[in-house]
Amino acid sequence: MSLRDSLMYHLNVSLLGHGALRIQRIKAQMTMNRQGWWHHEHLNPPPVTSAWLKELISRHYLKGRWITGTQKVAWVTSGAPIEFLKALGYYLIYPENHGAVCGIRRVGDEKCKVAEHAGWSRDICSYARTDIGTILSGKTPVGKLPKPDLLVCCTNICQTVLYWYQVLAQQFKVPLILIDTPFLYSKAPEHALDFVEKQIQYAIETAEKVAGVSMEPKRLRHVTELSHDAVDLWNRIMHTGRARPAPFLAFDEFIHMAPIVEMRGDQATVDYYRALLAELEARIKNGTGALKEEKKRVLWDNLPIWFVVRKFGNLLASRGVALVASTYTNAWGELADLIDPHHPIESMAKCYIHPILNRGTGQKLQTMKTMIEDYEVDGVLLHSDRSCKPYSIGQMDQQSILLKQLGIPALLLEADHNDSRVLSWEQSENRLQAFFEVLGV
Amino acid sequence: MSNKLPVAVGIDLGSAFTKVIALDEEGKVLQKIIEDTDPYTEKQAGRLLDGITGGEYHRVSIVATGYGRKLAKRSTRAVTEISCHAKGIFHEMGHGGTLIDIGGQDSKVIVISDTGAVLNFTMNDKCAAGTGRFLEVSANRLKIPIELMGKTALEAASEVKITSTCAVFAESEIVGLLAKGKPVDHIVRGLARSLVLRVAAMAHSLHPPKPFMLSGGVARSPAIRAFLAEALGQAVELPEEPQIIGALGAALMALDIHKGK
Repeated sequence: MSLRDSLMYHLNVSLLGHGALRIQRIKAQMTMNRQGWWHHEHLNPPPVTSAWLKELISRHYLKGRWITGTQKVAWVTSGAPIEFLKALGYYLIYPENHGAVCGIRRVGDEKCKVAEHAGWSRDICSYARTDIGTILSGKTPVGKLPKPDLLVCCTNICQTVLYWYQVLAQQFKVPLILIDTPFLYSKAPEHALDFVEKQIQYAIETAEKVAGVSMEPKRLRHVTELSHDAVDLWNRIMHTGRARPAPFLAFDEFIHMAPIVEMRGDQATVDYYRALLAELEARIKNGTGALKEEKKRVLWDNLPIWFVVRKFGNLLASRGVALVASTYTNAWGELADLIDPHHPIESMAKCYIHPILNRGTGQKLQTMKTMIEDYEVDGVLLHSDRSCKPYSIGQMDQQSILLKQLGIPALLLEADHNDSRVLSWEQSENRLQAFFEVLGV
Repeated sequence: MSNKLPVAVGIDLGSAFTKVIALDEEGKVLQKIIEDTDPYTEKQAGRLLDGITGGEYHRVSIVATGYGRKLAKRSTRAVTEISCHAKGIFHEMGHGGTLIDIGGQDSKVIVISDTGAVLNFTMNDKCAAGTGRFLEVSANRLKIPIELMGKTALEAASEVKITSTCAVFAESEIVGLLAKGKPVDHIVRGLARSLVLRVAAMAHSLHPPKPFMLSGGVARSPAIRAFLAEALGQAVELPEEPQIIGALGAALMALDIHKGK
């Protein structure tokens, strides 16, 4: 660690950055607490806690901007076990989350095009293209991404990450840890759990070498505890969507999920989610829904279409359709019970082998059926995501089974999570309007 | 044409044709118009509606549908083609089942319940291969009047397999086939088959209940009707005027509005 880097970090992040962001948050909260500040025809004002979210995310990326030379950096896939990295003091970058930021800011296409011009096929996942485009162009809406010292790739979300991270390893010339999670068609067999556990143990050794520090079991337990608490709170936040009217929509979850993905294991995440949950519970008590008038409730399947999240939200709101849940955000909450701080490595193996995308489509269908019942939904929106085949496979069958067995209509929407060139808004809107008519709104 | 003023009007502003139906209090058709959709659709909708209502909009309920539905500014309500087609075909045939509609720019499959409600639907996505546009492009390239394509296809002694499922690429494929000396009528038959297979695959994706019904301008082609029945393994029922089903459904919805339903 150089003295200059450390000084710059503390000056820009700890001293100036944190202060400025805190002031911004207080100002925003003061505005949000003022009567009459909110003017939307169909939506109630967002939770005041939202201002805190902005501070958290900005702080995270601000830290990344100045972190080089002060802390080791790991780039990880969204489903990778990270508790051991946090315990070893790594600062984490999630290229997928960064991709989502690019999508929301509508610069995803621009990054994809850079990657395509360099020879990457348009058929590759748009997160991967956004990431490669960001590296090649050096431009990002978050200012600057720190270079990694270590890469951690877990195959529990897809196989694309395997090749994507090999490319990153070649690009940055840093070690790549691969955690291979065998696909589950039913209950996880003992040998599969053992296989993943051994890989995590090996990963810890590699990460220790790169960081130059040894793992403190107490520290790992503490981080795992924080992870568990955050996941548990996130789960409870999502469950508030079961209330009628729902105080929080999946559109809100898409934005508020950032900390559970990239700041899991941090005390700040636990504190933030606790405050958000309290606010949502108060809204349930007051009968305040996210929509001014909730007529119908729907479930979302697959990744969000980041570049039109707001537009989509407004369209649904205008018809009184509340998107009360999503299988996507649910993925970061449904495994809370598997995390055991007293057996961090063993429970890590169990937890990270079970994400929705590492299980068969039958199990995904079961998850959807349970959610349909728990959230009392009237319909399902299935985003057939060109960039996420593992998530999209089986949706046609799921659509017909949901209708036949539960009488729940489902709409298949062809789009992409980050490449707006794939979405035809006029056609999609037309389908959605027809679907609303089927729902009777 | 009747001099009586309608109480309900349905206007279907499709990508190729605009269809208007006017109904009286009893639901009797007073007037029916089919004309090419104008690039200045808003003006066209205004002119048609002004004419049919005599400008007395306060006495008439109007439902607009089709891609240009938002451009019919004087309409009481805009409803999607899915709901309008379901309503129109159920009225015409008197039963549920699966409606296949092949229009100028899109094709759709709608599963309709015994009570006329839409249970499920699907539409072609970002591709014109299963639509009327596909036939238009091909007819243009082969220099055959589009209305004769069906007859030509049925009378052809043989069939060329059109492998392309893209309307644009099909055109280049046709050029290649012509260069190889393939007879035009064999190509035409292959094109009709190609369109039908595409639409039938879409229908099968919904596990469609029987019977099958067909609407849309393309239903006028006898080859499409015959090949579709072959692909689906059973006869396809046809309303008397398949092209106006959407407009009829819209008009019936307007009548419901008029009657306060």
